[in-house]
Amino acid sequence: MITFDLDRAPLRELNQSLHDAAGEGDRRWRIVNPRGRHNIAVGMTQALEVEVAGHAGYYCGGMNQNAAITICGHAGQGVAENIISGRVRVKGNASQSAAASGRGGLVVIEGDAGARCGISMKGVDIVVGGSVDHMSAFLAQAGTLVVCGDAGPDLGDSIYEAVIFVGGQVGSLGADCIEKEMTAAHRGKLEGLLAQAGIDADASAFRRFGSARKLYNFHVDHAGEY
Amino acid sequence: MSTDPRLKRESASFHRNVIAEIQRAASEGIYEIRGFGAKRHLPSFDDLVFLGASMSRYPLEGYRERCASDVVLGSRFARKPVELKIPITIAGMSFGSLSANAKRALGLGATKMGTSTTTGDGGMTEEERDASAVLVYQVLPSRYGMNPDDLRRADAIEVVIGQGAKPGGGGMLLGQKITDRVAAMRTLPTGIDQRSACRHPDWTGPDDLEIKIEELREITDWMKPIYVKIGATRPRFDVALAVKAGADVIVLDGMQGGTGATQDVFIEHVGIPTLPALREAVEALQELDMHRKVQLIVSGGIRSGADVAKALALGADAVSIGTAALIALNCNGPLYEDDYKALGVEAGLCHHCHTGRCPVGIATQDTELEQRLDPEAAALRLRNYLSTMVLEAQTLARACGKSHLLHLEPEDLVALTIEAAAMAGVPLAGTRWIPGRS
Repeated sequence: MITFDLDRAPLRELNQSLHDAAGEGDRRWRIVNPRGRHNIAVGMTQALEVEVAGHAGYYCGGMNQNAAITICGHAGQGVAENIISGRVRVKGNASQSAAASGRGGLVVIEGDAGARCGISMKGVDIVVGGSVDHMSAFLAQAGTLVVCGDAGPDLGDSIYEAVIFVGGQVGSLGADCIEKEMTAAHRGKLEGLLAQAGIDADASAFRRFGSARKLYNFHVDHAGEY
Repeated sequence: MSTDPRLKRESASFHRNVIAEIQRAASEGIYEIRGFGAKRHLPSFDDLVFLGASMSRYPLEGYRERCASDVVLGSRFARKPVELKIPITIAGMSFGSLSANAKRALGLGATKMGTSTTTGDGGMTEEERDASAVLVYQVLPSRYGMNPDDLRRADAIEVVIGQGAKPGGGGMLLGQKITDRVAAMRTLPTGIDQRSACRHPDWTGPDDLEIKIEELREITDWMKPIYVKIGATRPRFDVALAVKAGADVIVLDGMQGGTGATQDVFIEHVGIPTLPALREAVEALQELDMHRKVQLIVSGGIRSGADVAKALALGADAVSIGTAALIALNCNGPLYEDDYKALGVEAGLCHHCHTGRCPVGIATQDTELEQRLDPEAAALRLRNYLSTMVLEAQTLARACGKSHLLHLEPEDLVALTIEAAAMAGVPLAGTRWIPGRS
């Protein structure tokens, strides 16, 4: 394992080293003393295993491709934003806009996530072990958001084709978001995601939410629903 | 009752356009959505004139002495700034709003003149990357098509906060233009009326933007210039905050800037004209000692070499054109008159970009209409137009004794109206009076 100490070398050197880590060599990296620094391990392209030994600031694992990143602490705003592939795991809580506009891969937040978790998500799968705050899955286009705890107000506002599973209570649903039937196929998909995430939860307790598709085209009769 | 036609008098408040709009609203119950830009009269560069050389200034010989036009953008932090041969760039316009042939034509034409094009909402297409030697990749609130591989293969990155036609508003692309290809690029269902967010999903305010810009720099190993595009509303503050956030280049879009589809009320009633916005932006940069260090690109209603020269004289480092570039391709050209008629307009009055029924194959995703635009021929027209603009600007600069377009300065200009004098910060012609200053 390669250890990189952010107290001894700057962020720029870390990210450049991670970007350049192609081919042979140790594929496991440990970043110590992150101390909430922003933009740790962003723009990864290599299939490395990266452990952040502490709290991370904004955008940790942003636009990740192929890497498996574990944050052994809390994560700041926009963790794994626009993730393309690979996996980002937060062992603590995540701030707002977690996995925003993510296009693929898996993001696991073992604790709670703040507001707008999964905003504009475009294919990423997100599993939150705890609860999420308001406007989560706002404008969510594709992918799956699993919330094992509660969801705050306006869940799935203006949602497109993304799917939301919630195990606890829902504060309220946003515009055009409705509860949908939970079929065996959906339960199977949920069980698969929970297993991938390594989170122990009873899939039969979850409800499914998605788009009513009433706002897909502008119509004056629906103007009051926005 | 008199029948004297001279007694007929149209109301200034309720003229025929207003009556028609009230009756349209009463019939449809929804605002008008359209393309193009503001149609109302606004103070503009037309209200300024150059003071050519005479006894107290020394002109350059028009056909003998060189007047350079090159510009470097992004020299503040980027390891690889953008170097252009002319200070006229092509503004961001999306594939989706425009046809693939139109995007290709813009790229080919700009490349022939040594300048850049810009992507737009929805991401980067192979056609425009191939056609554009210098391509600016936009990071927009919607993040449609956002991809780190495209960030890395772009020549510059533009974080879009707003645009002049609708500062504070998100985008829209109506279902007629959401074909399978456009839908797939944006991860949306085919045929829906697509909404683009008005705020970025993962940052709010200048402090967050500073971190976002650092992220983009880290992902691209600090190679690419980072532009920040703002719609003109409060440019003095927005420019200062963009500088604080770490922008290499600021793109300032005035209210004359175009759009593919926006509410008419937004286009005509939000934002400020390019002329005062430019002056405020330059003053903000000067106050921070960042003028010419953070480059300023101004857009919104640039039509001619005279507009280019005046914008540069007021302190811009370059201009950007959108609507004018499309007009060079043939937008509103007197062709296919029956198709204009079917839209209820005639060539010269068309603003139906939003319908996808563009008669000349530019603002459409219809495969038959798109074939009406030959990208090679259209690129040649754009090249000719850009070349003409540069020649015009150089003519004016030489007359003012300048050996580089960027040597033009506010002292070369006076205003023809009090409003323009106040907005541009140059004297009213024949006086030393700058309203608001003296």
